[in-house]
Amino acid sequence: MTAFPRSTLAGSGRILAANGATLLLPRIPSVLRPETTLMAQAGIQPRAQSPAAHIRGVADAVRRRVLEHTLNNNGGYLSQACSSAEILATLYLSVMRLGPSQEPLDPRPFAGVPSSANPGAFTGAGYNGTKAPELDRFIFSPVHYALVLYSLLIELDRLGPDALDDFNRDGSTVELIGAEHSPGHEVTAGSLAQAISQAGGIALARRMRGETGRVWVFMSDGEFQEGQTWEAFAALAYHRLGNIGIYVDANAQQCDGPMDAVMGIEPLAERLCAFGAEVHEVDGHDPVALAAPADSAIERDRPLVVIARTDPCRGLEQLRERAPKLHYVRFKSDAEFATYRSLLDSLRAEAC
Amino acid sequence: MESVQRPHRENLIRWAASRPEVLVLSADLTSSCEADGFRDTYPERFFSMGMAEQNMMGFAAGLAREGFFPYIHTFAVFICRRPFDQVAMSIAYPNLPVRLIGFLPGITTAGGVTHQAIDDIALMRILPNMRILECGDATDVESVLDVAQDIDGPVYVRMLRGEVPRLFDPSEPLRFNRARVLTQGAEVLVLSTGICTEEAVRATQALRTRGLDVGHLHVSTLKPFDDPTVLEAIAKAKRGVITMENHSVIGGLGSAVAELMAERGLGVRLLRIGLQDTYAHGASRQYLMREYGLDAMALVRAVASLIGQPLALTEDDLAAVRLETMRQVDKTEDL
Repeated sequence: MTAFPRSTLAGSGRILAANGATLLLPRIPSVLRPETTLMAQAGIQPRAQSPAAHIRGVADAVRRRVLEHTLNNNGGYLSQACSSAEILATLYLSVMRLGPSQEPLDPRPFAGVPSSANPGAFTGAGYNGTKAPELDRFIFSPVHYALVLYSLLIELDRLGPDALDDFNRDGSTVELIGAEHSPGHEVTAGSLAQAISQAGGIALARRMRGETGRVWVFMSDGEFQEGQTWEAFAALAYHRLGNIGIYVDANAQQCDGPMDAVMGIEPLAERLCAFGAEVHEVDGHDPVALAAPADSAIERDRPLVVIARTDPCRGLEQLRERAPKLHYVRFKSDAEFATYRSLLDSLRAEAC
Repeated sequence: MESVQRPHRENLIRWAASRPEVLVLSADLTSSCEADGFRDTYPERFFSMGMAEQNMMGFAAGLAREGFFPYIHTFAVFICRRPFDQVAMSIAYPNLPVRLIGFLPGITTAGGVTHQAIDDIALMRILPNMRILECGDATDVESVLDVAQDIDGPVYVRMLRGEVPRLFDPSEPLRFNRARVLTQGAEVLVLSTGICTEEAVRATQALRTRGLDVGHLHVSTLKPFDDPTVLEAIAKAKRGVITMENHSVIGGLGSAVAELMAERGLGVRLLRIGLQDTYAHGASRQYLMREYGLDAMALVRAVASLIGQPLALTEDDLAAVRLETMRQVDKTEDL
């Protein structure tokens, strides 16, 4: 076992090749990443639009799908879709090196909680591809964003178009608050701020094994109120873990309302810098700006943080009328429902 | 009776030599938890996580998911109380093979209430997937890692440090879910754990010389709690059962035995020796064991209560009992 294998390039040819490929990747978010590479191999022509435009299109489709679901169920985590759609779409389409999904388009039913007596228990990580030394891993922390992640997986054809029919249905893995068996999820993260530490352990293990793939964590800004988050950043910096990157949806919203009315976390960038992280603060709705800090050609010895400043109502102006209570949207009247219904129709028309 | 200086320290170095997948994580109590030898011998497998137990549990979980076997070394209170949610959600729920090595069980420390784990077994018992082992002597300490390592899932170990007595023959290692039968007897059964076993042996030897037919088992697996040896011994006890533990009587050995007896309909009396729903304070182990009734004399009093007659045994009588390293009854009888 090698503790710091990244300095030793005498690994297998496979790792070296992956390294080389990584180093040659262009800086601009590229569609020539695993998903579209596969498309190219299959003879499918890449979209004519720019990568950023493609990501924007996927993000808008995620918003529409979450809105549709919220209408159908009279409730949903709608503002989370508005704030995070570009971040998650950029991660999947531009930043992360993931293999094709290993899981069925129709999510498997719940197979029971993990235990020694239950070898059938599984996680939802297979939706993010196989685990391989040169591939990245995705750790999803604020699992009340699950509906947004499921919707994105559908847009990326990692989940089938009807997967949300199972959402919050008894016996399904497509749970309301994502669990480790839910599609796209890998760890138990619902007690907020626990995922970053688990991701740190995974990153440490990967470094010990000499793997070149990185660990990406998606977090919400509210999690920076928890002490564990700061314990984790201290440890990531102290152990010089440069193979981990954290994207933060800084939408300034939490369950009780605007964050500054609950508990302040600012200045977040300065605090994280002081903790030893490499910090970038970007427009969280701009795919190019979001992807730029994740340059995989750079050898890091400290964690990367991208604070994505976002708007919790982006793409659904109507939502601002509900401010400051945006955490979970349930329509208050038939009239409000009808307003959002027609909004969805107009968004669909725009997309055509 | 032989005693061993820091048995875990040397054993951990020796035991980990052939196990490169074993890591040690520490939270600023490395020497205090006898992990300094491991740190100095295998620095690439030792990770200082600072005074940050919540994060340490998450890191351990992540490492375990990737195929490593993290051995957390810290005081029992800092495993079971402060990061309880992290142990429950990051480690126990996914049934990850993290080994939580908890030092300073119960009143083994003069560090007072903040350092005395009087509720650790109770807290770990209620977590699904968690298994619990407790060491009572140097032989237990030297063999508990093998037992823990064989378990598929998380394990909490109540560990002893410093000078540890050798109560049990080193050729008879701790066995998973199998109590050590120290004496057999049909009138009264004593079930003891951890450091209470030494005290219990002192009392049972004195009681047997007075002709009392007292059985005694040393229990080292507290979860699961379905050891047939324990069950059979309880079923044989005519006058009743006494549990003796360095822990609150709520949630530990006494509770586990009560649950077992009630579920199996074993209708004899049960007396629970342990901390009687009270916190303790900082003082010597000997002083606290006497103050809180965890010593040999407390067991004599409990036996007298159970059989309904006074026993003419004094503290001097018990102090005069000479303890030898023991072999299990079933083995000695074979000889």
